[in-house]
Amino acid sequence: MSPLDIHPPLVEQLLVQFLREELASAGFSRAVLGISGGVDSALVAALCARALGPENVLGVMMPYRTSNPDSEGHARLLASTLGIQTRKVEITAMADGYLAAGRVEDRMRRGNVMARCRMIVLYDLSVEFKGLVAGTSNKTEILLGYSTQWGDSASALNPIGDLYKHQIYQLSRHMAVPAPILDKAPSADLFEGQTDEGELGFSYAEADRLLHHMVDLRMSEAELVEAGFALDFVRRIAARIAATQFKRVMPLIAKLSQRTINQDFRYLRDWGR
Amino acid sequence: MDCRLTVAQTNPALGNVGRNLDEHVAQIEAARKSGSQMIVFPELSLTGYFLKDQTAEVALAVDSRELARLAALSRDISIVVGFVERSADGRIYNSVAFLEDGAVKHLHRKVHLVTYGMFDEMREFAAGDSFTTFDSRHGRFGILICEDAWHVTSGYQHFLAGADALIVTSCSPGRGVDGGARELASERTWRTLLEAYGLLFQTWVVYSNRVGWEDGVFFWGGSRVIDPFGAEHARLAGIEAGRLEARITSDALRRARVATPLRRDSRPDLLARAIARLDERSPA
Repeated sequence: MSPLDIHPPLVEQLLVQFLREELASAGFSRAVLGISGGVDSALVAALCARALGPENVLGVMMPYRTSNPDSEGHARLLASTLGIQTRKVEITAMADGYLAAGRVEDRMRRGNVMARCRMIVLYDLSVEFKGLVAGTSNKTEILLGYSTQWGDSASALNPIGDLYKHQIYQLSRHMAVPAPILDKAPSADLFEGQTDEGELGFSYAEADRLLHHMVDLRMSEAELVEAGFALDFVRRIAARIAATQFKRVMPLIAKLSQRTINQDFRYLRDWGR
Repeated sequence: MDCRLTVAQTNPALGNVGRNLDEHVAQIEAARKSGSQMIVFPELSLTGYFLKDQTAEVALAVDSRELARLAALSRDISIVVGFVERSADGRIYNSVAFLEDGAVKHLHRKVHLVTYGMFDEMREFAAGDSFTTFDSRHGRFGILICEDAWHVTSGYQHFLAGADALIVTSCSPGRGVDGGARELASERTWRTLLEAYGLLFQTWVVYSNRVGWEDGVFFWGGSRVIDPFGAEHARLAGIEAGRLEARITSDALRRARVATPLRRDSRPDLLARAIARLDERSPA
């Protein structure tokens, strides 16, 4: 057993209640999410279907012309397994409208534009569907900053943002996410042959183990090395977390008045519900 | 002591005193109808927990019309309610009122404010400065609000003053799902703590924790009654709102205290001397 292990029925119960209550306190009972064919969005779709009923969940497939066709196939398999509503919106025209005109060649910039096009689609469809956008980023990628700010990281509420990738798999198996989705290598599918682990340069298993010791157990660098982690890996991850902190906070506001939003004007989002 | 009681495990609406007050009235009425002589609501039951700047906005004076409405219902059922209190000198406290015979019989202001990790209570509240045991129609009670119960000195003061029941109210957030555990780390910890209090202080322990979510943080419920032997007497399972009914009686107190006479054998004089020695050493 891994120290990261969860008891899936307990976590499922909590997250189902989270989705129901936090949607209700915002005045909603439906959710919209992008389904990529990957495990994170598959899990969120399954949780939403359990919490809200599949008819109240809209899974949106948003391929770009270079997307791996398997991704859409897996997304359709998921949707039919869960019985959720689906919509397919090609983002090629909207993305290329900008990318071609601006002659954007850089791979990272292109990926970011695609992620933000998908965000635009989801937020627009959330109005039509009268549902909130459910986030699909996990704790591992949020801590590593492995996401596009205001792109795939954008959501109204995220049930899986405090679960490491290992825990995502555990809960996904429990929620009966289809096997082809569980078995394939995680990929953002922003360019051909991309895999998360290839791009990051380390495995999710290694990252999860280190992040759990570093963040959750609050171990110092010396304690981490003592526990068997390589010093250069520890430093690399620590630097990466700090360098991507901007992705985890709201934009800075210059304080001028006596009462400034988020400094000394402090209310929960559930305020007044 | 022979008291039939209800623990109301509620899910207060954040900052909405009016709605919560109506819910309290309905809960009190239901408890009274079912024959309860006392009802215990969670910490900050009239307001919700993560109030931040709302704290001062929802504060009530002890003689406010809202508390008077509840006090008026306390003629044939004693009521334990949590609220944000604004004192006469303008300080804001995290308080619990014990209402009985149509009046505020006792007021406890949370002493140990939580200010670490996810909590920021010292920013919002002034700290209370005493643990006062009091006599009600149903017996001798001591009140602890959440973190108060994490300091063994709080419970010990009520023990010395002869409390027959500790009323513990909380807004305890649920957390800790790793290690494969079937229950939350927070529940495991509280169970240990409350059962130890029952066992060591030989009192009934009546625990009321809230449920519900505030901005992604949930409160795990698990309200329960522990007997004077430290064993679970009654408990609400799960994280849903609900009502727990239980009966607490003198005979269990008597049996526990005969079996193990901790009250007779405690040596507060040694503690007093130890504290006096600490005082001598301190530079102040």
